[in-house]
Amino acid sequence: MATEREPPPLGDAEQTDFRELEDGEDLFISTASTLESSPTSPEPASHPAEDICANSNGPQPAEISLDDDLEDLFAEATEEVSLDSPEREPILSDEPSPAITPVTPTALVTPRVEPKTIFVPAMFERSKEELEEEANGDSFDMEIVVSDPEKVGDGMNAYMAYKVTTKTSLTIFNENEFSVKRRFSDFLGLHSKLATKYMHIGYIVPPAPEKSIVGMTKVKVGKEDSSSTEFVEKRRAALERYLERTVKHPTLLHDPDVMQFLESSEVFSFNWNIQAANNLDNARLPRAVSTQALSGAGILRMVNKAAEAVNKMTIKMNESDAWFEEKQQQFENLDQQLRKLHTSVESLVCHRKELSVNTAAFAKSAAMLGNSEDHTALSRALSQLAEVEEKIDQLHQEQAYADFYLFAELLSDYVRLLTAVKGVFDQRMKTWQKWQDAQAMLQKKREAESKLQFANKPDKLQQAKDEIREATDDTIRGELSITSRVPVATGVQGNMHSLMVRIPSFRFEDSAMEKGYTVFKIDVLTSGRQHSVEKRYSEFHSLHKKLKKFIKAPEMPSKHVRNWVPKVLEHRRLGLEIYLQSRGYYQSNLAVKWKLSAD
Amino acid sequence: MMDAGIEDNSNHNFSGYDVRVTDAAQNGDTFVYVIKSQQIPSDTEYRVEREFEDFEWLHHCLLTQEGVTGLHGIIFPPLPAKPGTFLSNSEAKTKKKIESLAMVDDWQMYCRALEEYLHLVTAHTVLIKNPAVHSFLKHRELPIKTKVKKGIFNKLTQAVEELRKEHHKDIDDFFQNERDSNLTLTAFTKAAVEKFLEIVLTEQKIAIACGHFSTALHLGIGQDDDPADYAFAKMCLKLSEVLDTVKKNFEKVAENDLNTLGFNLELHSRFQDAEKEMLFRRTCKLVDVETANKNLGQAKPHKKAAMEDIKKAADKEFDEISGMAKVEIQRYHRERVRAFQKALIELSDSQLQTARECCVELKQQLAEFKQLCAE
Repeated sequence: MATEREPPPLGDAEQTDFRELEDGEDLFISTASTLESSPTSPEPASHPAEDICANSNGPQPAEISLDDDLEDLFAEATEEVSLDSPEREPILSDEPSPAITPVTPTALVTPRVEPKTIFVPAMFERSKEELEEEANGDSFDMEIVVSDPEKVGDGMNAYMAYKVTTKTSLTIFNENEFSVKRRFSDFLGLHSKLATKYMHIGYIVPPAPEKSIVGMTKVKVGKEDSSSTEFVEKRRAALERYLERTVKHPTLLHDPDVMQFLESSEVFSFNWNIQAANNLDNARLPRAVSTQALSGAGILRMVNKAAEAVNKMTIKMNESDAWFEEKQQQFENLDQQLRKLHTSVESLVCHRKELSVNTAAFAKSAAMLGNSEDHTALSRALSQLAEVEEKIDQLHQEQAYADFYLFAELLSDYVRLLTAVKGVFDQRMKTWQKWQDAQAMLQKKREAESKLQFANKPDKLQQAKDEIREATDDTIRGELSITSRVPVATGVQGNMHSLMVRIPSFRFEDSAMEKGYTVFKIDVLTSGRQHSVEKRYSEFHSLHKKLKKFIKAPEMPSKHVRNWVPKVLEHRRLGLEIYLQSRGYYQSNLAVKWKLSAD
Repeated sequence: MMDAGIEDNSNHNFSGYDVRVTDAAQNGDTFVYVIKSQQIPSDTEYRVEREFEDFEWLHHCLLTQEGVTGLHGIIFPPLPAKPGTFLSNSEAKTKKKIESLAMVDDWQMYCRALEEYLHLVTAHTVLIKNPAVHSFLKHRELPIKTKVKKGIFNKLTQAVEELRKEHHKDIDDFFQNERDSNLTLTAFTKAAVEKFLEIVLTEQKIAIACGHFSTALHLGIGQDDDPADYAFAKMCLKLSEVLDTVKKNFEKVAENDLNTLGFNLELHSRFQDAEKEMLFRRTCKLVDVETANKNLGQAKPHKKAAMEDIKKAADKEFDEISGMAKVEIQRYHRERVRAFQKALIELSDSQLQTARECCVELKQQLAEFKQLCAE
């Protein structure tokens, strides 16, 4: 469908920019489109090009004071709309990547409505550089360094504080470069928060480094030997990798907890019971006591884990989706393989270290021999041998460290990541279980209802009908979350998605019947095919009303507008786009049909 | 049956013999060594088979040869320690500590050690004259051997004596210095040998670990439907190749180490012991002389003549020993330095060669890897 692209009624200054983006967009929209309506099982397809499309989707930047505009948009947006934040990024393809790329590119939106900071400014950035980045394939611009481990305190209450420095050009943060001091339990607290928020809806949250009582005790006691410095170094590197992985996940990056963790110089802590609020100026909260190894919460966790393990064995899931089964099998194999590799590398590293030690010992011994030797030439030769051996020893040590940090740690990280993935699969199983239970409940309620109908008790009947409706809701919710592969898919295969929607533009339409209204153009990409429709706001609104009955829906841009300034249209367009994109998560049959229908 | 002999004809030009230990075969629990020898002027080559006990017999004969002046001043070439069963490579590599060369590697090393022993014996101007040597090398069957059993009682008395006499001050500065330096050198050499053998063992362990890693990388290379999987599989295979190279490198390095410096250090550790024994014998003789002198001084007149005789005999022996010992010591030092030099040169050369080869191979594989990643 060729739409005439008429510039919206905005100022002249913005027209030129619009056209620039227009060119960019043209590159990608020209693909032919046929309709494909298979809403249930989308095939994963990879479209690196689209990511740039998304980026070019930014609202036209005003040429004049860009920053002010950003500010305004920011301010207004938070009042009017509560936006979710999709973000698309291409795969980082340079490294030798294993079968799964746990650092997830394409976006997914959380179904829960959580007030988040607006993501638009980031799109501004990227739309300028999109063409260059298309070549790189990497538009992610954030660098995190964990450094300067310092021992704070004394005795058994001592801990290591690490400096977390972030360099970024993403404007969701207040500054470009900032650093904070964090301790290890802060990291663990962050991870547990993310896990509770995201795990049960299918995100793969990168696992945090493990606690080590032995290592930390040595550090606390103040032993200044090589093993404790090695331990601190190992931990520092692991924390850095953990943070990098976490921020690479687009949804996690915009999580307020993560941002607070990175930015806030307040003493950071997590309390299990308090839901992290969105304001960046959190009051002093009590220390993350619950992450202590031997705390009450820790023991509770262990008990929970045991219970889960038992549960896992008893739940026999009837896997209806072959895709999941295949993926699970893949992961099992990969897990085994990685574990074996890990053990091999560990033994290699261990032997190398041993070799280095032995070489050093021999060097000393040769030196002593050389010293006690009378014959001068031989003495000299032996001393030189000692020196050479020392150098060899250094080399071996370096190689051992290289092996360790490059291979062993990476492998162990991936092994733990796979455990996280398995956790997601387990969540899915649990959800399935809940779904089954809900279905059984529904069945029972229906039976009760029919019984009551025979018994002719009107009040109980009403109650029964209500209960049935609840149960139906539950079942539908369960079914939808089961059938949706999308969160796992994006976690797993990177640039895969099932359904992508954009609202690139809108135009004014005059009608004889009523006063003129604005029509929004929707581009739908599914399994490689694109389709476009045009809808007006009222159609959005009716869809929203229908869907609200089934599912907790995200919010729509408001229907009534006080003051029809041009910017408002832009807002509305954005809001609708984000609304639709969150729809996409559920792949609700209804929504898809509506979107793709021509009328 | 193991074959492949070791050729070492280069040294010992002043020996009348060219001796090679070419083979070792297992005969029941003992090993039988095939010795080929050829007296340089003549053309006849003798081939005999000997067991370790025969070597011990030979050694004993050398030690107890009659009628040789200053026999006790000779630093006898040390016999390699009695071999246990030759551990297969993998067993050896899993052992924690290695006591001697005999345990480290396979029979090849040991044969070389025996060969070296025979070289040293035949190169010694005095020892070669011992008829036992000839019969050892030529005769099919050796004369009846009296089992040389060093009973535990002997060892005990010997130890006590050693303690008593070891620190006896010497009359001659030369010998005193020699004894002191010998003491320190022995200790250091032993330590060096130990550490060096540990290095070799670790190198061998690394080689095995590389092998394991390499095979582990082959796991999970199944069907390559998924392009990401395929790339991963290719990468794994490439890495596995690299590790194979590293493994071979380490094996070679270990081998080089053993063949050159390891062998040399071990031999000289034993030689140091032999020198120590010789010096000890001389010190014992010294003690005898001094005792004889003392006795002479204290002797009653009617015994004086006898004492005089004893004293004279002791003196004469002592002088002979000292004379021989001096010569031996100087020769020993010369030989030691030369051998050490040779060993160090060989070590450097062989390691350099191995390193260069490995470097070339690894560079090539790195290039291949980079190409793979660029695809």
